[in-house]
Amino acid sequence: MEIDDVSFAPILPRVLAAALSTGADFAEVFASDWRGTGVGLDDGKIEQLSTGRNRGAGIRVVAGETTGFAHTADLSEAGLLAAARVAAEAARQGGGGTRVVALDERPRRVVSPIEIDPSSIGKKAKVDLLRRVDEAARSTGGAITQVSAGYSDGRTHIVIANSDGVLVRDERVRSLLRVSTVANGDTGMQTGFDSLGHTMGFELFDKVSVEEVARTAANRALTKLRARPAPSGSMPVVIKAGSGGVLFHEACGHGLEADLVAKGASVYKGKVGELVASPLVTLVDDGTMTHEWGAIAFDDEGHPSQYNVLIENGVLTDYMWDFLRARKEGRAQSGNGRRQSYKDLPMVRMTNTYVLNGQEEPTDIIKDTKAGVYVAHLGGGSVNTATGDFVFGMTEAYLIENGEITEPLREGNLIGNGPQVLRDIDRLGNDFAMGNPGTCGKDGQGVPVGDGQPTLRVKSLTIGGTAA
Amino acid sequence: MSSPDRSGELLTIAERVVAMAEHGEQVEAYVSRALSTDVRVYEGEVEHFVSAQSEGIGIRVIRDGRTGTSYCGTLDPAQIAEVLAEARDNLGYGEPDEWAGLATPDGVDVTPQNLWDDSLESTSTARKIELAKELERLARAGDSRVRVDDSNYSDAFGEAAVATTTGIRVAGRENGCYLSVGTLADDGDETQTGFGFAVGRNTDELDIDKAARDAVDRATRLLGATKPTSRRITVVLDPYVTAQFLGIIGGTLNGESVVKGRSLFAQRLGETVASPLFTLVDDPTNPLAYTATDIDGEGLAARRNTLIDSGTLKTFVQSSYSARRMGVGTTGNGVRGGYGGSPSAGCLALQIAPGQRQQDEIIAGIDDGILIQQVQGLHSGVNPVSGDFSTGAAGLMISKGSVGAPVREFTIASTLQRMLLDIVEVGGDLEWLPMRATGVSLVIHDVTLSGS
Repeated sequence: MEIDDVSFAPILPRVLAAALSTGADFAEVFASDWRGTGVGLDDGKIEQLSTGRNRGAGIRVVAGETTGFAHTADLSEAGLLAAARVAAEAARQGGGGTRVVALDERPRRVVSPIEIDPSSIGKKAKVDLLRRVDEAARSTGGAITQVSAGYSDGRTHIVIANSDGVLVRDERVRSLLRVSTVANGDTGMQTGFDSLGHTMGFELFDKVSVEEVARTAANRALTKLRARPAPSGSMPVVIKAGSGGVLFHEACGHGLEADLVAKGASVYKGKVGELVASPLVTLVDDGTMTHEWGAIAFDDEGHPSQYNVLIENGVLTDYMWDFLRARKEGRAQSGNGRRQSYKDLPMVRMTNTYVLNGQEEPTDIIKDTKAGVYVAHLGGGSVNTATGDFVFGMTEAYLIENGEITEPLREGNLIGNGPQVLRDIDRLGNDFAMGNPGTCGKDGQGVPVGDGQPTLRVKSLTIGGTAA
Repeated sequence: MSSPDRSGELLTIAERVVAMAEHGEQVEAYVSRALSTDVRVYEGEVEHFVSAQSEGIGIRVIRDGRTGTSYCGTLDPAQIAEVLAEARDNLGYGEPDEWAGLATPDGVDVTPQNLWDDSLESTSTARKIELAKELERLARAGDSRVRVDDSNYSDAFGEAAVATTTGIRVAGRENGCYLSVGTLADDGDETQTGFGFAVGRNTDELDIDKAARDAVDRATRLLGATKPTSRRITVVLDPYVTAQFLGIIGGTLNGESVVKGRSLFAQRLGETVASPLFTLVDDPTNPLAYTATDIDGEGLAARRNTLIDSGTLKTFVQSSYSARRMGVGTTGNGVRGGYGGSPSAGCLALQIAPGQRQQDEIIAGIDDGILIQQVQGLHSGVNPVSGDFSTGAAGLMISKGSVGAPVREFTIASTLQRMLLDIVEVGGDLEWLPMRATGVSLVIHDVTLSGS
């Protein structure tokens, strides 16, 4: 059985009825069929081309506060019914009886139109992209001694049906390119990285130059060959537009997820309506941002994606919500119920999280900083939502001396406390940009997310380098 | 009750694929199947109960040095035929690599491991739920300031088989169970977090009291923590932190990184790279290791390899590919991330040769130092190619031989190269952890602390 067969949807009311047979008050089927291609280049060679397919369905049954969940790769009616019974048993309330579910298919919704389905493109075109990347990266500088690059695309068909009568079909296409470089010099080896990822088809590579991505990755490694150790201690940090969205993702985004708030595991619990950030900051989570890495038409519970304002002029306006948490609070979902695959339970997740533009020229922000650090690219980060303490890695950074960007710095972590850093943002630029595609991990599940922000300054952050 | 080993069925599926190899082709089929349960309890009630079943196959085909792979998450025979056809088609786009090839049996004997316990299968659902509830109760009872975020029981039953045209034929199974708890400790406006866990082949092996105690200690010991002042300092890494540090070191001692010019230890074999106190082995044949295994991801016998001996670099871990390319024997270190991935070289079970003294004896001899109990951001702040090391940390100050106030929101930084040479003591407090490395207290001097 294929999930886009006409005979698939008619099975679902019977599966939902079986899922509700032990007295549950909610049941859901999430079926997906993912096909993808990955190409890896390393050490000057296309190492391998890999294609894969994963399909199946997860069945969720909610009875009171308890959720039962089972998944199967068998999409036949018998396979789905067997999984429904396992999930129903896991959430048994001792009740029973029969409930009839009538499904009402929601209109199709397109947030990110696809021009060229990657599966319609020959494998050779994908291989050729990486050859171009390798050549461009190596020709950036003779000190580039190694390049690895990966291309991947994926297309997922999704069908979601639940006992509230919702039936949603969706199709998601994403394309991704990653480039890593090594430069070798007198001071040892340095690495550089850049990536390009959008909820878009193969037309992405007509719109954006893969050579540019390769040169950026190469230059990051080359620049660090002449870098000095990062400083140690607290100082002002200016973060370039489009490179520090992860700061907000970590410093407050996770803490605004309603599941963590409900368990008292967030420093932002009970703070709606309060000033939690500098009045310069307006933060949104926006699943509707066309073609961005975290864009979705519907979340993984069948709720349409939304533009949600989380912080407005420094005041906390709302958290992000999934079905369970919204139901418990008797309020609307916000389109933030997401899961890694049909094998996983949904939970509250971000989509594209970004800070809106401010008023200032970015050059003025740098000019007014006497001594500090300019961060032009950040690696990953993580946060403890209960304390607000976060870290993230600087992968391209420079000293600021007397209002000018000067010497490059070697890598190190930045560390801070979310609520404190939000208050310490004292300058905000007018040059908004989105950053690199990211994978956000929570409770063992990874989902694609985007982030962005204009150039901004934090008046004090701790830089974890080794120089005095 | 004893359940029959059904991994042979998977081997039959893999062999059927291999039998379809055409002249001039090397074919490998990796087949796996898993069953797992996850129970999460919150405030005495089951929050979720997940019953998961998955299976899949990955096929690699190599011809004229070109490699193609394909995989799918089902063992449906029609799909498997499609996967083989796709892998064949995909290899046409790879570029010839004279060292490409599958592992070949090398005559090294397998050290048998006991990776399966029948009794786990007969554990009732009620018992699984009760364990998670009990852990939550114990953690809450441990300290009046402690709340429990979630308490979890998980178990997993996995079977896998690999067959190749080069003569590999292996199948095996493994099971285990796991308890974990996340805690929050409150004091006024302040909240700190902790966690605890227990691992076993069956539920009787789970040390639930230790899991609860650790979770309570970790959350409460940081209450009232302040930010320390920046300086150069001696650090004592707690065993759990040392295990994470060893994982990073292990990643740099990798033959694939060496041949691809990404290892900071390339060209250093036989040289001094660490303090003479430091001996590091990778030994998955030691049954005490949580990641003990009889075979590696390519189907070769797992074996004991000494990587660093009293500070001298002895061996890199190898997959069959990197070994062939470096012109050395494989070390049986193929690591595979499930049916969708290809094997690459990696450490399986790192162990550091322990020293003599317990942690409190070590601390008694330190005048100004810091006991690092937690690190945050190792993935973002450590570059295993350049060696730059910077991580967020939390722990206890050490002053005049005893531990004092808790500290947090600071980083420790150095380089991997220097840290290995700056090891001044390895503790005797060896701790086996459910990670790819064991823990022991490790003392490193002259590390930069960045705080206020």
